[in-house]
Amino acid sequence: MDYFIELLFAGLTRGSIYALIALGYTMVYGIIGLINFAHGEIYMIGAFTSFIVATVLSIYGFPLLAIVIIAAVAAAVWSSAYGFTVEKLAYRPLRKAPRLAPLISAIGMSIFLQNYVLLAQTSDFLPFPELIPEFAFMEPVAHIVGSSDMVILVTTAIVMIALTCLIKFTKIGKAMRATAQDKTMAVLVGVNVDRVISATFIIGSALAAIGGLLIASHIGQINFYIGFLAGIKAFTAAVLGGIGSIPGAVLGSLVLGLTESFATGYISSDYEDVFAFSLLVLILIFKPSGLLGKTETKKV
Amino acid sequence: MFPVKELKRSALTSLWFAFLTFPIMVVKVDPIERVVSWRWDNMFFIAFGSFVFSILAKVFIIQKERRASKKKQKTISEPLVQRIVREPRFLYPLALACFIFGISFPFLFSTYQTNIMTTALMYVVLGLGLNIVVGVAGLLDLGYVAFYAVGAYSYALLNYNFDMGFWTVLPIGGLLAALLGIILGFPVLRLRGDYLAIVTLGFGEIIRLVLENWNDFSQGPSGIANIPRPSFFGMDMTFAGGITYIYYIILVLVVLTIFVVNRLQNSRLGRAWLALREDEIACEAMGIDKTKTKLIAFSLGAFWAGFVGVIFAAKTTFVNPASFTFLESAIILSIVVLGGMGSIIGVVIGALILILLPEYLRALSEYRMLAFGAILVVMMVFKPGGIISNVRRNYKFKGLSVVEGKNNE
Amino acid sequence: MSDSPIILKVEGLSKYFGGIKAIDNVDIDIRQGEIVALIGPNGAGKTTFFNCLTGIYTPTAGDIYLSDPRNGKTTRLNGKKPNKITEIGMARTFQNIRLFPTMSVLENVMIGRHCRTKALIFGAVFRNKATRIEETQIIERSYELLKKIGLHRQVNEEARNLSYGAQRRLEIGRALATDPFLLLLDEPAAGMNPKETEALVALIREICAEGHSILLIEHDMKLVMSLSDRIFVMDYGKKIAQGTPEEVRENPAVIKAYLGEDVDA
Repeated sequence: MDYFIELLFAGLTRGSIYALIALGYTMVYGIIGLINFAHGEIYMIGAFTSFIVATVLSIYGFPLLAIVIIAAVAAAVWSSAYGFTVEKLAYRPLRKAPRLAPLISAIGMSIFLQNYVLLAQTSDFLPFPELIPEFAFMEPVAHIVGSSDMVILVTTAIVMIALTCLIKFTKIGKAMRATAQDKTMAVLVGVNVDRVISATFIIGSALAAIGGLLIASHIGQINFYIGFLAGIKAFTAAVLGGIGSIPGAVLGSLVLGLTESFATGYISSDYEDVFAFSLLVLILIFKPSGLLGKTETKKV
Repeated sequence: MFPVKELKRSALTSLWFAFLTFPIMVVKVDPIERVVSWRWDNMFFIAFGSFVFSILAKVFIIQKERRASKKKQKTISEPLVQRIVREPRFLYPLALACFIFGISFPFLFSTYQTNIMTTALMYVVLGLGLNIVVGVAGLLDLGYVAFYAVGAYSYALLNYNFDMGFWTVLPIGGLLAALLGIILGFPVLRLRGDYLAIVTLGFGEIIRLVLENWNDFSQGPSGIANIPRPSFFGMDMTFAGGITYIYYIILVLVVLTIFVVNRLQNSRLGRAWLALREDEIACEAMGIDKTKTKLIAFSLGAFWAGFVGVIFAAKTTFVNPASFTFLESAIILSIVVLGGMGSIIGVVIGALILILLPEYLRALSEYRMLAFGAILVVMMVFKPGGIISNVRRNYKFKGLSVVEGKNNE
Repeated sequence: MSDSPIILKVEGLSKYFGGIKAIDNVDIDIRQGEIVALIGPNGAGKTTFFNCLTGIYTPTAGDIYLSDPRNGKTTRLNGKKPNKITEIGMARTFQNIRLFPTMSVLENVMIGRHCRTKALIFGAVFRNKATRIEETQIIERSYELLKKIGLHRQVNEEARNLSYGAQRRLEIGRALATDPFLLLLDEPAAGMNPKETEALVALIREICAEGHSILLIEHDMKLVMSLSDRIFVMDYGKKIAQGTPEEVRENPAVIKAYLGEDVDA
């Protein structure tokens, strides 16, 4: 039973991280219909930025709490800046181009950013500083649920609630929903679509950065390539839940995280990634609208 | 001609990039030794570089707009390369010269050079194969490398287990890849373009991961070594002789591929592919069987990848899953995108540039993948047609009697 | 005309999108050699109706039967793929022009010949005699059609560079290239100037005289009234009237549907 609960929490933790990344995919897709292939790299840059900031601060002897807060803020700020810039450089000029053009551009961006970090930093795995301490009150259950699992779950929950409020109640949230429904109409009623798209990228990137920070401190090491796999898996989760749907992304991520956790725990860990990819292929073939998505009718 | 406002913008851009790249470019930490190195010179390079680049981009955009407005008045003349490609009296001698150069290459240069050229020519064929799928039929296949892997492993495994020779496996490898293309294509080709791209990507990764993990079948990550080079009527050859021999095999394959792809493009099938790329619904309404037509393109592309895969295994005498990552697919895609989707000469030039340049400019080879990524973005944004865009064939009519028009390629 | 065989029979056709009844129990029949118009206010479901006929949408209920007058074979079209339907002998044009924009004018028409020709990989690569003959025939036939629609001077022009009216004509030419016995035209005169419309009317008459039957959706009432043998009127997905132009003109339900619109224009 303990093993089951352990796997359950491991799966939820995994799923939470996927959710933080998947939200960026789903929001961008909902608004401009683009699979933002470079989103995994934004997450990787978030992890790298927090690594650099946290390590520098710890070398200069800052207290742990200050390190955590500054690293999180820095990761969010810089990831957002990257997300914003990527959209402006690689996607905005292609808004009216055929559908595949921005996707190819996104793939290019992804490869570019990976190699940019590789060249500017290193190809080695880097040890990530321990930002989350073992809490004393977690002691009795520590063999099943680690403190960092708990922190990830709680943080993700808070972030989700904040995001829901943002989309439901703020002006920019309303503008985002309007743009997602009908871009032309949104322009006509005075929504600045460019700004909405930028905001979407910024929010999505900030979420991914937080995911990057959390997972990096959870696993304890990073390198330039972590974005590719995480990105694909988060995308799988987004599609599983129904791409374009925010609750769908969360649901899909948790389902993917749990299934991965149980499959590797009870069956075999050799084919962990094969499993995720197969799931991706199967969903896209058999139910491309996902669990909570709506089917598209073709317009003639 | 360059207003102050634009300079100001470029200055702001350069400031923004200096900020953007600050943590990654400037700070470098060593977490073990616990030292921080501040690389301020990088910040200067970034700021300066982005300033220059943003000015160049602006100039390019202005020129493009000017050209576009000219185009409306139909006074624009085609670029020089395009005109050479179009005119048979320039094209044929040029092609002949290239061919003669190709044949005499091993005599003119060292074995080392020949080996590099062989690699480049392999990418030419891969590019032409993917060009059928992506460039002509408009199906973004991000798992192209899977078919390449099938070819390579066909030779490696059939040789290892059944001692089959290169020439026997060459067609088998191609056919197996094509078969896999059909099996995969059947369910996925009805998907919308971007989903198709992701599914093929996922599929490519699955193949690679299976090869990596299924030790009994593929010997896992360590791969299969000691694959024999092709034999020449049963004779053993020197190392240099073997390299030259493979060079000629691939050269023949290049010529053959160009011939076949050119004929396909100017056929009933080729037209249907192009039409499919432009408007699927209209295509169906015109009686074109969407699935069948796509499937032919997909499996034909796969066939070529399988072919080259066999040659790859024979050339390197060693295969392992690491040769077949997604990045390999991305490189081949860059070749097609840079060269010009649908354009044969474009793809040939694209492959030669992208593969030979980093080989000869060693300083550049480090930045190879960075450049491939940048090429995909820059080409899409500034020149989606590639360096040599595909020109439609011209038909001439005298009354009703048909005179076959000149070919574009 | 009433004695010629029925070539298209639609019975109780319905198409629902969720709760919206885009088409609700519509019956229609077309006889060989007729020009039939389908009219109705915007959003009446006319284009959806076309999309159901041509296999782009699968109807929720009802039957569609197409009979080839050349051999008398009747086929039920429900659930058939669009390309199969075109192969049987019903071709269409689109309301918002759907040409292949970067292909040449001639190639656009040549695409229409696709379903009547056979060459595949082998033929393409080896260019055997049969393929060469087939290819020549495709080109000749396409050129003939271009002459008919008056675009033979622009064979090598990219389709996107044509004027609006010429693009509409090219769509008709492309559809004709599939050898249909029934041609569906979705607002063929939309965006045309009076002179172009006049030429279009002549073209449609000519096509009809050659033995093609025509079903057209159109908002230009003058064109509809002068051209059609019979008219069906749709509103809110339902068929509200049918008959000769005179009968429809007098029909109170039609006048009500158009409410104030100048039906006699």
